[in-house]
Amino acid sequence: MTVTSTLATAAAADLSQGRQRVARRKSVTSSQSRMGYIFVSGYTLLLLAFGVLPTLYALVLSFTKDGAFVGIDNFVRVFKDFRFFPAVGHVALFLVFWLVSLVVFVVLLALIVHAIKVRWISSGIRFFYYIPGALAGASSVMLWLFVLDPSVSPVAFILEAFGFESFVQTISPDNLPVIFTVIAFWTGAGGWIVVMYGALNNISNDILEAARIDGAGPVQTAIQIQLPLLRKWISYMGIMSLAAGTQLFVEPRMLSQASQAVVPGDYSINQLAYLFAFKQNDFSGSAAISIILLVVALGLSAFFVVRGGLFERD
Amino acid sequence: MAPQHSSSRTLRRTAISIVSLASIAALTACSSGAGGGGTSDKYGFPAVEQDAKATIEVWVDTAREPAAQAFQSANPDIPIKITTYDGGANGSGTFQTKISLLDQSGEGWPDVVWSTQQNDSSWASQEQSGQQAFAAVLNKGLVSQDVLDGFAEGALSPATVDGNVYGLRNDLAQDVVWYDQSLFDQFGYTVPTTWEEYQEIGEKVAKEHPGYIVGSVGDPWAPEVFFWGAKAPINEVTGVDTVKVDTSDEHTKKMAALIDDLISAGSMFQDSVFGADFVTKYTGKVLMLPGPSWYSGAIFQNPDNLNAAAGTIGAGLPLAWDGEDPVAGNVGGGIWYVSSHSKNLEAAAKFAEFVTTSDDYQVELAPGYPAYSTAAEAWLEKQASSGYFVGNFTENMITAASQVWDGWGYPAFSQEAIWAKAITPELASGTSLVSLLPAWQTAIENEAQVNGYTVSK
Repeated sequence: MTVTSTLATAAAADLSQGRQRVARRKSVTSSQSRMGYIFVSGYTLLLLAFGVLPTLYALVLSFTKDGAFVGIDNFVRVFKDFRFFPAVGHVALFLVFWLVSLVVFVVLLALIVHAIKVRWISSGIRFFYYIPGALAGASSVMLWLFVLDPSVSPVAFILEAFGFESFVQTISPDNLPVIFTVIAFWTGAGGWIVVMYGALNNISNDILEAARIDGAGPVQTAIQIQLPLLRKWISYMGIMSLAAGTQLFVEPRMLSQASQAVVPGDYSINQLAYLFAFKQNDFSGSAAISIILLVVALGLSAFFVVRGGLFERD
Repeated sequence: MAPQHSSSRTLRRTAISIVSLASIAALTACSSGAGGGGTSDKYGFPAVEQDAKATIEVWVDTAREPAAQAFQSANPDIPIKITTYDGGANGSGTFQTKISLLDQSGEGWPDVVWSTQQNDSSWASQEQSGQQAFAAVLNKGLVSQDVLDGFAEGALSPATVDGNVYGLRNDLAQDVVWYDQSLFDQFGYTVPTTWEEYQEIGEKVAKEHPGYIVGSVGDPWAPEVFFWGAKAPINEVTGVDTVKVDTSDEHTKKMAALIDDLISAGSMFQDSVFGADFVTKYTGKVLMLPGPSWYSGAIFQNPDNLNAAAGTIGAGLPLAWDGEDPVAGNVGGGIWYVSSHSKNLEAAAKFAEFVTTSDDYQVELAPGYPAYSTAAEAWLEKQASSGYFVGNFTENMITAASQVWDGWGYPAFSQEAIWAKAITPELASGTSLVSLLPAWQTAIENEAQVNGYTVSK
């Protein structure tokens, strides 16, 4: 949401500059700005209805219980719940694995694909990367259920090489962050590779040409030229993936049902919020968890925004 | 993944609750405007205006679909919509969470729900989020007393709260010791009557005939087979909000040691009896399998599972500790609930009665031992006349049904989910069950506490 408002401000600033410069075309610009508002209005309305208002509602709920103000009681209760910190640990570990693998491998793969000069191979590979992204979270988990069960898996020999002889051993709690990372990477990375590829295409050929003349090889070009120019895109990917990752829900829930509850129903923070609301009928506690999640995600996003220079203008 | 969409998922869910709250408010406004018209207390709870033509929606798990279909063909004039869900299996809590969601939106409840679990009455009989209790009281006019009296003694107790009956029991799920007579003959063993003898045979067969098994602890209901049947005091409901849990009790420790012993001997299977491995590795190699009565149709007489030959499998009596009286455990024996929000209570109650009492389903199709007495008799007769099971099948089943230990209660949390989460992965990685007992104690206490119980030892 902040991204959009900044963009809107930037657009408005552009418009006002244009107004000063070309006073004659005032009528044109004002009609353009009207169109701008119309374009933005749909998003703004939905953002208010499904983003801002629910956040405010959750905020109110998290500090009240049955309508009465209770201070931080709900937060204390959530913190004291024996399931809370394990859930935070699970999600944090998953995020570390996932974000690191995403940044390293997506950038690496995008650079490699971009370096391939034969056109049909390059576009073929991009398409290949993208396919798993077409599967929704739940259906990809279904597929992975089979891959992860040594008794039916086509790659059972790999699982057995790791010493996993049964499904329960494969999905033991220690392995789950890696498993969720693999699933999320498999479904989500392809899209980002395509995005990074587009970003790489945007780098002016003159710069690359100049680097080549100065004697830079592909590796040096990547490190000195391409990576710095990709910085904003990488931090954008980081923010978006962080937001999606903290809300881990479908994957552990599916795995929980398939594993006969060996993967617990309270594995992730969002699952815990769900249990608070709909198993314990404690909406205030559930709202408190959402608010904690929001604060943490906003904090980490701010980090990415600042370090990634996402709002800097060239 | 579509990042832009998922980033506001939580928010959107909250928004849905707002919208639902608003619609509840609107609904309340409407009904009060209409003077609360259309509700009646005919069945002992406020029912909405009835429509004898209204479609009834029933929620079943896939194993219970034939029940709904049997009702459909027996009652073609009653419109019915069948929805499948997981039946709350393994303590997933799906039944409760889904109903809670519908309570929030104030509409869309199913008319009849099947639950594999026995502890749903604890919440379904209570008002939730300002909505009346989901489960309809059945013993105040909706189901006749004759029908209720027809259930086996104690069969309805998991569905009874404060003397009111909130659900009809599908089957009794008393544990017996399933055994393969042909293997016992071949090896020259005798079917055990005590846990000590059971352990001895387990050790012996592991030595003399490696590859054969005498039981499985790989499913979430293992505690209900081994610890319920061992009189382990780990799930005793002592009051409305008090439970007694003691994994350091002598019975608990003895059973844990027995399981450890047989796992290390190699005759105790550690994966699910419904997993692919079980069928491929152990068809024809199951010497014994302590487990519920519904294993009969779900495992032995099932072409997709062990598919044992006729005349080989018998049901042995529940085991006792040496010098003590035998008790049986119990795994499920699910319950049918009628919604108190139903627009067609007559049809919904008729459905629940049909699936629990009629021979069309309980005798002809159901895999387990019916909770309704006359159906149970017919079911036993059918098994006896088919000659599939050997030994004193009928007598043992009836005896086991009367021996289910009442020291194991029905609290609002699930022992199955706790076992699956805290014990199964540890056992699979080679940790001994005895060393896990303190961790198990903590896990049960934690779960009991977040569900509002005070735990004593």
